[in-house]
Amino acid sequence: MKTKTIEDLLAESAFFKDLAPAYRRMLAGCGRNVVFKAGDLVFREGDESHKFYLLRAGKVALEIRVPGRGAIILQTVNEGEVLGWSWMVPPYKKQYDARAVELTRAIAFDGACIRKKCEEDPKLGYEFFKRFAVLIAQRLSAARLQLLDMYAKA
Amino acid sequence: MTVESYRVRRLKRETADTFTLELRPVNGAGRIAFAPGQFNMLYVFGVGEIPISISGDPLKPETLVHTTREVGAVTRAMRKLKAGHVLGVRGPFGSPWPVAEIRGSDIVIVAGGIGLAPLRPALYHILSRRERYGRVVLLYGARTPADILYRRELERWRARFDLEVYATVDRAMSGWRGNVGVVTSLIARAPFDPLNTVALVCGPEVMMRFTVLELQKRGVGPQAIYLSMERNMKCAVGLCGRCQFGPVFVCKDGPVFRYDRVKDWLLKWEV
Repeated sequence: MKTKTIEDLLAESAFFKDLAPAYRRMLAGCGRNVVFKAGDLVFREGDESHKFYLLRAGKVALEIRVPGRGAIILQTVNEGEVLGWSWMVPPYKKQYDARAVELTRAIAFDGACIRKKCEEDPKLGYEFFKRFAVLIAQRLSAARLQLLDMYAKA
Repeated sequence: MTVESYRVRRLKRETADTFTLELRPVNGAGRIAFAPGQFNMLYVFGVGEIPISISGDPLKPETLVHTTREVGAVTRAMRKLKAGHVLGVRGPFGSPWPVAEIRGSDIVIVAGGIGLAPLRPALYHILSRRERYGRVVLLYGARTPADILYRRELERWRARFDLEVYATVDRAMSGWRGNVGVVTSLIARAPFDPLNTVALVCGPEVMMRFTVLELQKRGVGPQAIYLSMERNMKCAVGLCGRCQFGPVFVCKDGPVFRYDRVKDWLLKWEV
């Protein structure tokens, strides 16, 4: 059985499948397979943000530590979804901890390298921002609904 | 419709503020026929009467089952009832989930919080005739892990091969191994064929509005979405007008409505 390349995986991913094949090839060149065991930290609040991840399997929790309350999970990111967008936005710092909830396989992308390529090729930059703008809008909308505390007593 | 006396058989605490009442008729009548999605008016003598959806199995009509949340004087009094106590019941009232009409379709059930209670009879019905439906998916959202309703039953449902169950909570402490995020975020990756899907939705109204948006993004049409609406109901027969929602009465014409019938009214804050 042929092992799937990162380029094959990108062609199957809902997030990147409609990216032009040449851009997918370039993106595949900036990615590598990574594995996290349950409980492993993927990244930590305050880290330099030069990477983002496409989850192939597993689940990652975004957590924030609140003094006196411990770590609170803000959101989980699942198979097929993208983790991390702070690599696109100055000051390129992770704002939360990300911890693997279960065995997680992902493709880690070198965001700094992609940022540089986006600066050089505005069409590529637009393709990336188009996708990540949707992701950021979805996360913002979900966060607002969470803030509403919909299930609280009226 | 007259008030019938029912005796409490059991009161089960579900979460910190929700509980389930199992009731049997005092006069010993055998069966209490209802359709999934309907509700009864429950009367705590000397305190008051409120509408509560039926959450039991339509195939087990010997016992009337209601799950509710402690939110006001009547539910507070109800919460204190014990086995053997008697309360009044009028019903059943209202429109049901269209479980017979949607045979052959994929079914997506989207429930938020206590909204799982009125959907449970529909799920019982569908599972009892499983071969008549396509894929069946239950998407459930709760506030926190401690607020998950029917937890053991959800675990049993999740173990079935013919039902897909995805649950999420709005917030959780580190160590929770399930999903965190609003229930609407489950829709994008739920496995169903949007062109052959019927969605049954119940939860807080704002959750239902955003659920409809996500279902429509997936390609589910407005005529394939059903919502269970909640309004302040009093008479339950469309006479008092308390639950008027635009041109309809939620108690008599609802509580289950096809989305295209109420969509123009959902964003009118005046109604």
